Amino acid sequence: MASDNSEIRYLAPPTVDVKKKKYCRFKKSGIKYIDYKDATFLLKFVNEQGKLLPRRLTGTSVKYQRKVSRAVKRARHLAILPYVADMLK
Amino acid sequence: MSNHYETVFIMTPVLSEEQAKETVSKYKKMLADNGCKIVAEDAWGLRKLQYPIQKKTTGFYHLIEFTAPNTFVAELELAYKRDERLLRFLTVKLDKHAIAYSEKRRNKAKAAATA
Repeated sequence: MASDNSEIRYLAPPTVDVKKKKYCRFKKSGIKYIDYKDATFLLKFVNEQGKLLPRRLTGTSVKYQRKVSRAVKRARHLAILPYVADMLK
Repeated sequence: MSNHYETVFIMTPVLSEEQAKETVSKYKKMLADNGCKIVAEDAWGLRKLQYPIQKKTTGFYHLIEFTAPNTFVAELELAYKRDERLLRFLTVKLDKHAIAYSEKRRNKAKAAATA
């Protein structure tokens, strides 16, 4: 019986996920207009395949998520962003 | 009642420099003739397209910001559609936030230029 009086050893460490409060980055930084011509900025809202990131991941509010999706779709129309891509970042 | 618009169009890379300039001046003249005021103009030059359009992988991008009566935009887009040198075009009405945004960018660019 090794050190049975030591602390109880869990099979799996208790995962206490710290609940990071998501916030809308547009409201916080006061951005009012999302430019469809600015590719580097739009890349933050698109995953590797060029698809739009959902709100539950980015935490943006509805109003700005719609503006982001409109800007990304316009950028795709003007071939600033690809419709489908692999390893976009 | 004139609104604030911004149009971006892509010209085919096949045409030479002065043909590209001539196409742009054709549209600027068309805007000027119909009582539109060109607020800003920006040539991005030859840029790589993220996906091929009409078998071409690069294109001359050009941006014109102008104020125009709302009836004129359909006419402008009809001219774009007829012009076979343009691969793609997009005209967007600017709301007050967009106008403020482009105003700020222009001043920043000017400040950077003078600095």
